[in-house]
Amino acid sequence: MHFTRPKPFLFDPSESLTMSTTTVSTATATRAEHSPLAWTPQPTGFIHDVLTVAIRELRPLIREPFTLVFGMMQPLFFLGLFGPLLVRTSGLGEAATLQWFVPGIIVMSVLFGTSTTGANLLQDITTGAHERMLVTPLSRSSLVVGRALKEIVPVIGQAVIIVAVSTPFGFEPHAASLLGIVLLAVFGVGLGALSYALAMVAGDNPYVFWMVQQSVLFPLLLLSGMLLPLDDAPGWMTVLADLNPLTYLVDAERALFAGNAGADALYGAIASAVMAGIGLGVAVKGINKEAR
Amino acid sequence: MRFSGIWRETRARTAVVGEAWVVNGRNGDVRADSGQYLAGMLGRVRLMINAQGLARTFQTSNYSTVEAVRGIDLHVAEGELVAFLGPNGAGKSTTLRMLTTLLPPTSGTATVAGFDIASDPGEVRRCIGYVGQGDGAGHMQRVRDELITQGRCYGIGAAESRHRADELLEQLQLTEQANQKVMTLSGGQKRRLDVALGLVHRPGLLFLDEPSTGLDPQNRANLWSHILRLREETGMTIFLTTHYLDEADAMAERVMVMDRGEVIADDTADGLKADLAARSDLAQPTLDDVFLDLTGRSLRDSFMPAVAAAA
Repeated sequence: MHFTRPKPFLFDPSESLTMSTTTVSTATATRAEHSPLAWTPQPTGFIHDVLTVAIRELRPLIREPFTLVFGMMQPLFFLGLFGPLLVRTSGLGEAATLQWFVPGIIVMSVLFGTSTTGANLLQDITTGAHERMLVTPLSRSSLVVGRALKEIVPVIGQAVIIVAVSTPFGFEPHAASLLGIVLLAVFGVGLGALSYALAMVAGDNPYVFWMVQQSVLFPLLLLSGMLLPLDDAPGWMTVLADLNPLTYLVDAERALFAGNAGADALYGAIASAVMAGIGLGVAVKGINKEAR
Repeated sequence: MRFSGIWRETRARTAVVGEAWVVNGRNGDVRADSGQYLAGMLGRVRLMINAQGLARTFQTSNYSTVEAVRGIDLHVAEGELVAFLGPNGAGKSTTLRMLTTLLPPTSGTATVAGFDIASDPGEVRRCIGYVGQGDGAGHMQRVRDELITQGRCYGIGAAESRHRADELLEQLQLTEQANQKVMTLSGGQKRRLDVALGLVHRPGLLFLDEPSTGLDPQNRANLWSHILRLREETGMTIFLTTHYLDEADAMAERVMVMDRGEVIADDTADGLKADLAARSDLAQPTLDDVFLDLTGRSLRDSFMPAVAAAA
């Protein structure tokens, strides 16, 4: 292999010199003084950092919007293959059954989508992309907050697709559904942030991430009354369902998609806000602990 | 131990102007508390890296710790290209991770590009470029998108980021791959993209952690020709770790060898070889000979997994 030796770093004694008599200059370092850049990089601010991260995360989705549909395959399967069975067993008719079932499916799409989103970070950790981002001046917390906020877009996109698919079969969304979508987005941000926190804990061990994610996902799903009503559930199951934040979100979505912005919607809003607060808090604490 | 390199050169420079150079004890023991400027260097050579007693200990279990880096001193002047060598587990990457603010030191201090890594990590990150061992670009991202995002991370405006991305794509021969997903790039292309990402904000100091590992000879030569050309154009300081001693021999102006957490040699490649020739039977030792002479022939992988897990 042939290498060309670079020009050595040599001092040119012919240049005019100014003597320094001090042992060491203790001049205060400033960015402009040390930076040989064409421009002086300035602190960017938290909102700029969050938007930069969120836009980076959204770019693959914008480039290939069809991937949004891949992320909601399970909910669509439940809608197409479980929904008709439910119509038969409920005896309520197709429209009424869908009015009950579709909000649950929308929540399910949020659950599947946002709980697995940490896998993206996991891949970035494994490949080295996350490390590269950590060496940029972006604030640490923006790296997870930006990623979590990005979840708003697929959550809304998937909710719109499911509503569009269900409406021809008798599902009837109301104006309050928009508030329902807002709650979904808030809840999705929290769950997405928790997924990122899990990815940071898992680090180079993807199986840890998937084992924990699956172990948490299905109990949450089944104990929320998303697929079947829990009215006749045994007492212990009812207690667990009451402890499940997803239960309140599902109830809120059913109420809001039916046009009722009452107590259920309020409890759902509280559950979503608490989930967002806890998720973002845990994720920010996690990344600050991981790296300064 | 061999210590000279920039210090020896510095003495030559100061001799030219007849200025007494304030150096204490062995070469390299500079009285530099804050390390902004090297004594007697007439304000012309700034220390881009100045570490004093930098150490990092990892807790590998409840009862044991590993001293990955044991109180090292590092001085790298502006514009130097320094190769940081050592066997696996020597502490090179841990040192690099501390200097790039990815890992806090257990003890010791360091300024990088004039800023303290402990008290001013944000400013350090603003001034340095970093090319890690792994792929720096997200696999699902498009090549040009990642470069634009990198510019935005440094507060560069959107239009300027796009312009800079196109400039680097051209410089590193990636224009044709601009709209490809990173995962579809070849190993050499990915590495060139990593270098481009490290250069987006035109840093004054570039850290390269084993940049050519895993590349075939053609891609290695190609990558280095790009790095050296860009260095020639910008005069940036480069601090790199590598296992390819021929690269270090051919390109670095100074070679530092680390082993068992300590810097055990610091000189030019020629200086190290001359030193070995003087005290051995080897007429024309290579840098490989020097490396094996300094670090021995025993394998050094034993405690790496524990350190990696702890890191």
